[in-house]
Amino acid sequence: MRKLFVLFLSGWLAMSAAAVARADLEIEITQGVEAGIPIAVVPFEWRGTGAPPQVVSDVIEANLRRSGRFDTIPREDFLSRPHDHSQVQFKEWRLIKAEALVIGRVIRMKLDEYRVDFRLFDVFKGQQIGGFRYTVPGRDLRKLAHQISDIIYHRLTGERGAFDTRIAYVTVENAGSNQRYLLQVADSDGYAPRTILESREPILSPAWSPDGQILAYVSFEKRRSMIYMQRLRDGKRDQVAAYEGVNGAPAWSPDGRSLALALSRDGNPEIYRLDMGSDQLRRLTQHHAIDTEPAWSPDGRHIVFTSDRSGKPQIYRMRADGSGVERLTFEGRYNARASYAADGKRLTLVTNQGRGYQIGVFLIDSKGLLTLTDSTLDESPSFAPNGAMILYATRQAGRGVLSAVSADGRVKQLLKFQKGDVREPAWSPYNRKL
Amino acid sequence: MRNKYSIALVLLLALTVTACGGRKGVKEDAAGAAMDEQGVTASGVGDGSGTSGQALGMGGVAGAGDLLSRNKVYFEFDSAAVNADSRAVIEAHAQYLIDNPSVTAVLEGHADERGTREYNLALGERRSKAVADIMSAYGVALGRLQTISYGEERPEELGSDESAWALNRRVIILR
Repeated sequence: MRKLFVLFLSGWLAMSAAAVARADLEIEITQGVEAGIPIAVVPFEWRGTGAPPQVVSDVIEANLRRSGRFDTIPREDFLSRPHDHSQVQFKEWRLIKAEALVIGRVIRMKLDEYRVDFRLFDVFKGQQIGGFRYTVPGRDLRKLAHQISDIIYHRLTGERGAFDTRIAYVTVENAGSNQRYLLQVADSDGYAPRTILESREPILSPAWSPDGQILAYVSFEKRRSMIYMQRLRDGKRDQVAAYEGVNGAPAWSPDGRSLALALSRDGNPEIYRLDMGSDQLRRLTQHHAIDTEPAWSPDGRHIVFTSDRSGKPQIYRMRADGSGVERLTFEGRYNARASYAADGKRLTLVTNQGRGYQIGVFLIDSKGLLTLTDSTLDESPSFAPNGAMILYATRQAGRGVLSAVSADGRVKQLLKFQKGDVREPAWSPYNRKL
Repeated sequence: MRNKYSIALVLLLALTVTACGGRKGVKEDAAGAAMDEQGVTASGVGDGSGTSGQALGMGGVAGAGDLLSRNKVYFEFDSAAVNADSRAVIEAHAQYLIDNPSVTAVLEGHADERGTREYNLALGERRSKAVADIMSAYGVALGRLQTISYGEERPEELGSDESAWALNRRVIILR
């Protein structure tokens, strides 16, 4: 029985970019494993004149490889290149030890309308386990490739994929007198960047609203730190906090109704909670030490934060009303900027265990701390919404670059942007589904 | 004669930088839609350049003593403790403020690149407040002192070694 779902996704894409920058990006897998599911992604057939606007199968293959959950079989090993169900000889794929096979084609239907068919096969069973047909405009082909990757990931691992998500980050161009700070949003693989704010003064700490529609961030555009909120759809922007002193570290509550902030308006940095409906500001911490970098638990009941009340920065947890403060981290001389995985059981943080600033995962129940990276100036970690990868900022040859590591530390990759100093990444929540 | 000319040139350059800064402003665009639908008010980044202000401030203390000619004090890692040498510099500036009641000061705190940006923002503020506290104890009204922190965002020295970090952990006294 052949399943073919026909999905039309024309006007639903709110984020589709009118002016997408060229991909000045190269992804380098710096550490991998050979324990993934062996999968063969056959280059999709292209039926149209000239080059296709996006090479859908390349994006899919790169996504699967980056995830660390798959071993993508080199194309030169393929014994045939089928595009249709009828052309698939399962024994050929068993011979090269593929467990899964992806085939498809892209057909140009009209000036800016493309039909994409793809099928996923279980090679051992000799069965199709997924098949979809889509019709999209050219600008949505890349997003579609991410959605197909998510379907494959889900079918084969049983877990939700996070390829069709976005990342926000800050790029600094022209170090020196003509320095420019760009707040940018790109696909989860770093491609298709769009600049949503440009300033001559520093921008930091972008934070996604739970619905992925708004970014809160810190901007120095008025010559000191202030917190703003900006809707991605139309760029509408509001100033959220401009109190005396530091205004920093915005973090959304999971229901999207409150922001936790670090403000020093009362003399030194404390965590506050801003209810956005009533504009009511409530102070949650009471300590003369530095309290900053709040992050909410996925159930909204707790807030973790960084405090140096013990003498050095460590991670603390309190209830969302500020009560019941307890210290979580004891290992290492410096633990900061913690944020939760969607399971609520793990935190990712910056840790210094005597070998520099590295990315760690802290297991809340066992209080175990695993260090995942081995460079010395790693920072700003955030989990993918499915908890499988952590995106962070690191340095390479003196330049800021983004990197991602699997949550078990086994797979690592660098996102090398050709231009600028890149920093402050934040992984978005899931995009809206069809 | 030549000296006067170079000062004029420096001033001209500083003004040019300031003017460019004023024109630039903050530009926003929606992720997909209208590029210039959203303007940020001209008051955004248009109030001149901090760097040129600093340069002029330093030029203005030509006749003052050694301590007053130094407008930066430095700190140890993750610390806002002020050593004796820095205290002398801070107190010289405090005395200047007492002698010149119309002058106000901005104390700009900075951190090195190690550790997280938000923590360093807090640390830079702690350093600028440590300097303000010394000036206040010396007799300067706190209302004449503005503390701001740039955290690790404005390094003076690029580079990832102790010599660069030491120069970046600083408070700049701007008048």
